[in-house]
Amino acid sequence: MDLVGIQIIQVLSGIATLALMGAGLAVIFGMMRVINFAHGEFMMLGGYVVIVCTEQLGINLWVAMLIIAPIFVGLVGLVFERILIRFLYGRMIDTLIATWGLSLFLIGVITWIFGNVTKGVQTPLGSYSFGDYSEKTYTLVMIAFTIIIYIAIFAVLRRTKLGLIARGTMQNPNQASCLGISPPRVYMITFAIGAALTGLAGAILAPLNTVIPTIGVSYVAQAFITVITGGAAAFTGTVLASGVFGTVRQIISFEWTPILGQVFLLITAVILLRIFPTGITGRFFRRST
Amino acid sequence: MTGLLASGWKFDPNRHGTWAVAGTMIVLLFVLPVLEDPLLLLQVRYYVSMIILALSMAFIWGFGGIMCFGQSMFFGLGGYAYAIAVGNIGESTAPFFLSMIIPAIFAAILGYFMFFGRLNDVYVAVITLAVTLALYYFINSTSGDEYKIGKARLMGFNGISSIRKFNWPGDPKSFLTANELFYFSMGLLLATYLGLKVLLGSKFGRVVVAVKENELRAELLGYDVRAYKLAVFVIGAAIAGLAGCLSINYKNFISPNAFHLALAAQIIMWVLVGGVGTLFGPIVGCVVLLYVSFILGTGAASGGGMNTYFIFGLIVMIFVLVIPQGIVPTIRDWREQIGRYRRMIGGGLLSLSDQLPAGHGEGMRNLAERLIGVMKSESGPAPGAGTKG
Repeated sequence: MDLVGIQIIQVLSGIATLALMGAGLAVIFGMMRVINFAHGEFMMLGGYVVIVCTEQLGINLWVAMLIIAPIFVGLVGLVFERILIRFLYGRMIDTLIATWGLSLFLIGVITWIFGNVTKGVQTPLGSYSFGDYSEKTYTLVMIAFTIIIYIAIFAVLRRTKLGLIARGTMQNPNQASCLGISPPRVYMITFAIGAALTGLAGAILAPLNTVIPTIGVSYVAQAFITVITGGAAAFTGTVLASGVFGTVRQIISFEWTPILGQVFLLITAVILLRIFPTGITGRFFRRST
Repeated sequence: MTGLLASGWKFDPNRHGTWAVAGTMIVLLFVLPVLEDPLLLLQVRYYVSMIILALSMAFIWGFGGIMCFGQSMFFGLGGYAYAIAVGNIGESTAPFFLSMIIPAIFAAILGYFMFFGRLNDVYVAVITLAVTLALYYFINSTSGDEYKIGKARLMGFNGISSIRKFNWPGDPKSFLTANELFYFSMGLLLATYLGLKVLLGSKFGRVVVAVKENELRAELLGYDVRAYKLAVFVIGAAIAGLAGCLSINYKNFISPNAFHLALAAQIIMWVLVGGVGTLFGPIVGCVVLLYVSFILGTGAASGGGMNTYFIFGLIVMIFVLVIPQGIVPTIRDWREQIGRYRRMIGGGLLSLSDQLPAGHGEGMRNLAERLIGVMKSESGPAPGAGTKG
């Protein structure tokens, strides 16, 4: 019984991890159709913000994680939207290569500042025991954060004017500009919000992972696969895809090795995309967000 | 040579480029061994294996329009296929061919899912990236004794070392000498380059380019776009596998780093910097950037502080924003542009000199004729050249 319980929690944490990784990308790639290959590096920046704030500036961990990291990474996103990405809207492959250049650049800068060493944030809140097993309490907090973040995203997109404007502009920029909205500004703000969400995800995941300059690579592939398999309705799709992949990965990792878990995640993704080339929400839940 | 020039012959990169590149390779093939510098030959063999890798990417991206973010996986697969096969067989002929066949089979399976699923470019990029990563992590985790194929252990992150070099077919005891290995590599490069040129000139190649230019139109004309893309992908994979096999023969060693994204990234950069849609451009890009990373590498080792990620990231961003075509096509455009200006200015000067009274403006006329130069011999008198013969 304990084993089943701990497994369920692990599967949930696997799903939450993928959903967190995918949240920012669902905004930037899912909604805006901008391929952001620097997604992993934005997450990595979020992790480094937490490290710098807690270790060197002595700021409270939660403040650093939930407030400073998203603001900082959001600003970084804003800057690069202005100097790089805005010239490339609509040119998908060029955006892909340029943002991948950006990712190399950011890795280079961080390596320059911090050196190519592994950093860690101590996991807060200790652990709790579950029958014969013990698990980090922070895992539960992470799952809770993920749920809150997604509720907030859905609320903003479906219930506020800001969300309406953003969704409308993404669907038809010309029509939006006829109604007196400036699409470039909406793109800029949406990109910054996506980057902020990404930084937040990186910060929340930092205590569970090690932080090194090249960590982004392992995030970016999983995040993209999740969002792509999710399909047209970016957020519903990301949640659904995270559900499938998180379950597969966690069960395989538990039975065999984490590496095989990754491999099976990928195989599942390739097969799912062969069956649903437009993603899960290309077939089901079409009218969701 | 002067006779050729006097008869109005002019180097035209579009028509004579292939022969110039192939000719340079042939000259190198005969000149370099004469220098009797073993280190130089070794260096050239390294560059040759990388150039072949660059050509594979130039082919599938520049002509097939397939944005593969993990061309290094085929490079690594080819290398591992050779290393494992040669460890089992103890002779290098069959492993040499396996180093192309195995990546080709892998590409066929992967390509089936991607192209017959009609995934778009971006999804293809992401999936190839993810597969490369998965292979990298998987091979890294195979250091245990249980991971072996036949007699050959995979060795995980330690890599497989002391791999047998090429021997003469059918005679496992007589290895190729350093000079022979050089001839072999160079010959394969020449064959790859000319082979791709011939392929691109054939009907198949034209359809491939048509598919890249306009997939829907090619489809409506009755071509099976999926099959053509798959074929291009498989051919590219085989060439990359060949490059992997050659690079093993250069350093007798392969590690999971052959799959690493750093290499995959470099391959894309060679093509991007050299010029997408040409074969010569990526060769230039490959040689230049390898040299740059060589310099940066030694700089970093001696505490230079500059790191390759930083520089390469900058190069990629600047090229996408400012020179998205790459170096070689841009230079070609410049040449055409300059030619156009020369003819314009020359024509203007000529008509101006016609206005002057006889006996004046000889210098101006000479200058104008020099500027127009080529045009007179090719397409008759320039506008305004009038009666002056």
